[in-house]
Order: sequence, then structure tokens, then C-alpha cells
Amino acid sequence: MSTAAARITAALARTASRLPLAAALITPRRSRGAASTRARRCAATRPLAAAVALATALLALTACAPDAEEDADNTVTVFAAASLTKAFTLIADQFEEEHPRAGIVLNFGGSSTLATQITEGAPGDVFAAADETTMAGVVDAGAAADPETFARNQLVIAVPEGNPEGITGLHDLVGLLVAVCAEEVPCGAAARTAIEASGASITPSTYEPDVKATLAKLAINQVDAALVYRTDAMAAHGAVDAVEFPESDSAVNAYPIALLDEATSPNLAAEFIAHVQSDAGQAVLEAEGFQRP
Amino acid sequence: MSTGNALSAKRVRRRRVPAALLAPAVIGLAFLILPLAGLLARAPWTELPARLAEPEMLAALRLSLLTATAATALSLLFGVPIAWLLARGEFPGRSVLRALVTVPLVLPPVVGGVALLLVFGRNGIVGSWLYERFDITIPFSTTAVVLAMTFVSMPFLVVSVEGALRGADLRFEEAAATLGAGRWTVFTHVTLPMVAPGVLAGAVLCWARALGEFGATITFAGNFPGRTQTMPLAVYLALQSDLEAAIVLSLILLAVSVIVLASLRERWTAAP
Repeated sequence: MSTAAARITAALARTASRLPLAAALITPRRSRGAASTRARRCAATRPLAAAVALATALLALTACAPDAEEDADNTVTVFAAASLTKAFTLIADQFEEEHPRAGIVLNFGGSSTLATQITEGAPGDVFAAADETTMAGVVDAGAAADPETFARNQLVIAVPEGNPEGITGLHDLVGLLVAVCAEEVPCGAAARTAIEASGASITPSTYEPDVKATLAKLAINQVDAALVYRTDAMAAHGAVDAVEFPESDSAVNAYPIALLDEATSPNLAAEFIAHVQSDAGQAVLEAEGFQRP
Repeated sequence: MSTGNALSAKRVRRRRVPAALLAPAVIGLAFLILPLAGLLARAPWTELPARLAEPEMLAALRLSLLTATAATALSLLFGVPIAWLLARGEFPGRSVLRALVTVPLVLPPVVGGVALLLVFGRNGIVGSWLYERFDITIPFSTTAVVLAMTFVSMPFLVVSVEGALRGADLRFEEAAATLGAGRWTVFTHVTLPMVAPGVLAGAVLCWARALGEFGATITFAGNFPGRTQTMPLAVYLALQSDLEAAIVLSLILLAVSVIVLASLRERWTAAP
């Protein structure tokens, strides 16, 4: 009696652990993505909180039943830093053209947030971070190994179109309203290094939680300048001008990519990583403002 | 709670809770309490004293308590008269006005922050005038934090006080008026004491909402340690680099707010 009950509970927990909790955060890139992503998640077993087991068991069963027999090994889930959004979307398209049976599911977010999701058990195959510290945290947690640098990104001074204040370098920012990233995130750490290297006594008006929020403060015209990545300034499509400055050389961000230990399709994931590092992938990254490693 | 005499207290004790109510109540309570238990389970207790002494943490906590209290004071000052207008006023478009007052309740706070920027920002209607006439800039200042909090939390007070005013017996006000009391005297000596529990409950809700404010604050006031970095902002940023620090900060914010709210309830509010 009790063993039967235990077996049922274990079965429920197992089924529930297949529910794509993390997949809710993942943006399926293709119309068939939603269904197939769910199928992949169902095929993979991941440890998840047992507390959700009972509540989610039914949902999981119905979700898994229809297409459980699908091949589990042709979808690659990529966790990538928000600054890679456009470049990785294009690279994934390239990859899918070369590998017609493969599907790439991209999950973009702040590197630190993604790292937390990965170390807390979110299912994925590849992690591409915006800085080495964040990747080191994931490697230390035993969730990934052997990261390789695939791109570099540099800070620029983003100013309103036409550069009304005539800014040419960091020293021109003294006394102006400036937005930078908080030091807890990679672009903020880089901004601090660059400002320290310049010796300019810049007092930022605000330390924003991420690079997009920093740029947004400029876009809604509340600051005179913002220190953001060149790629973000370029992605603003002419609404802002990017002013290059020499001190940014001292604060170049390296972007590492690594295969996750829990990858469900490690071979295809490795091929994707190779593609990012190939000439075709690198050309896309360069077009978006990244530098080669 | 407010069982006046022994007889009704006895009756309440004898009444059994129906299972149809008990089961969902227990599930609901578990849902509300489990995340808190999760925070407690992951908290690095040994680091707690060191974290508590960090000057940045103290600055954020101080700023949070200060700005939430200021926002509550502003909400009382302007929200109680708004509630009176909505409950007692006779004018066309009152229901539209009531709907407008509750807009901040449904508006995503980030949108509220953008809206505040468009009015009080340096290109905003009010903001540009303030800057040109008085050389005052509101964004990125502590004032901006208070304004953002007031914007999102005042509706809680208005809704709560309006409900209390509608429930209050009008005959007391009429009796006072026939005895020669002026309208202001009636309001301060009869109406206000009658709805005091509702005002306090509304103020508590308002303060709690202001304390947890994040979206409008980061959009309108930005994040600057000691000036605009409140506890929720500090928690969010700590989350970017150090999960345990974020948990500690959350627990401190939780503990302080629970202590304040519980002691207020015990002392002043008899209302449910």
C-alpha cells in the first residue's frame, strides 16, 4: 500500500520535473517551436522542486502525451546575453538553414539572470555570457566547462543624434547628466574601469540595472549622455550617436560561450558553438558592432 | 476580532469552519507563505550581522523608510480629500473621476514612471517650467522617489477611505450640523473620527505598497546609492551579482515591514 503510494508520488514528481517551467521564459523562434520545445522538455529529466509535483502533474501529463515519441536530439536551447539578441537571432537562422532538421531555441536575458537560471536547474544546451566573471560563476557551479571567447564588446559614449553637447571624450562629460550601468552588471564594471582610467571626475546621475535601461534614459532625453556598449548604440538605429573614446580599450568585455553539462543534444550544441566561431558567425557579430576575440 | 460580548464570542467558538472554506484557505495560505519559507531556507544566517552593518544597506533601508513615510503623508494630505469628494461630492463625471483615480492600480509601475518623466522630466510640461523658473530638476532625486511612490500608492488610500466614508452613518454628520457645527468642524470632529479605522488601514496599505515600489522608482528616479536607491532597487541589483546578498536584503526589508505593520495593527486598527 505504502510502496504503491510512494511509487505513484515518485511518478508524479518525475512527470512534473519534465514540465517546462523554464521553457516559459524561453522564446520559441518558430511557429512549431512551442509544441516541439515542450516535447523536448518532456523528454529531458531535470530535478525540480518536488513541491510543484502534485499541482503540476496533471498538466504535465496532458502536455507530454501527444508528441512524446519525437526525436529528442535536434533542438538546441541557447541562453544568451541580452546584448546578443540581434546577432544570435541571425546566427541561429544561418545555422538552421545549414541544418534543416535542427531547431534553435533562444533565451535572452541579463547574463547574471541567465547564470542564476542555469545554476538553479533551468534546462539548456549552450550559454553565451557578456562577461567572463558571470561565466566563471557557472563553471564554478559545475554547470559548464571550457568556455571560449567568441567576441568582444567595447563601451562608447551614446549621445543624442547630432551630438548637441559636442562631446568628444570622457572629460567632456564632467558636469553633465550621465547614465551608466550599475557596477554589479558587466557594463557597469567596464564603465567604472574606463572612468577611472580617464581620471575625469564624472558623477553619474543614475546607475541603471542593465545596458538597455541605461540607453533608455538617453532615449527619453533625461540625460545628456550614457555609457553603453557600441553594439547597443548601433542597435538604436540612428536615434543616438556613438562617440568612441580611448579609455574604453582598458575595459573591453570578452564574451565567452560554453556547452552546458546538462545539454540534451550536446553534439548539435557543439556544432552551434563552432558555427558562432566560424567566419560566417563572426561576420554577423562584426556587422552588429562586436569585435573578433 | 471585534466580537463585543461574551455571548457572541461563545457562538463564534462553537461554529465549525466548513471544509469548503478551510481547504482553499489552507492551500492559499501555503501559497502565500511557502515563498517566504524558501527565502528563509536559503538565507546565509551567519552573514546576517555583517550585512546589517553595511553602510550601503543601512542607507537604502533608511531611504526606503523615509520615502515610504513621506509618500504616505502626501497620500493622506491629498488622498483623504479626494476620497471625500468621491464619496460625498455631487457632481457630473464622478464615476469617471473614480475610475481615473484607480488607474495607477492597474498601470504597470514602469509605465507610471515613464508617464511621470513625461510630466516632471526635464522636457515635461511641469518639469521644464520648474527648471526654468526655479532651477529645480526632479528626476534622479529623492523627491522623485517620493513622487513615484505617492503615484502608485495613493489609490490604495483613496479606495480604502472612500469605502469607509460610504459605510459611515450620515445621520451623525446631519445631527452635528443641526446643532450648529460648521462643515469643517463636522468633517474634523465627526466624519474623520468615524472613518479613522478606514483611514489608518488605507495608510498602512499605502505605506506597504510604497515600501515595495520598484518599477516607477527605477524609471523616474533612477538608481543612485543614498539618494534614490531604495531597498527594492538594492535587492534587484544585488540579484545581478550575489543571490545570497539579495536574499539577506529581502529578509531585512520583510522583517522591518512586518514589524512596523504588525505593531501598527495591534495599536490602532481594529478594522479587519
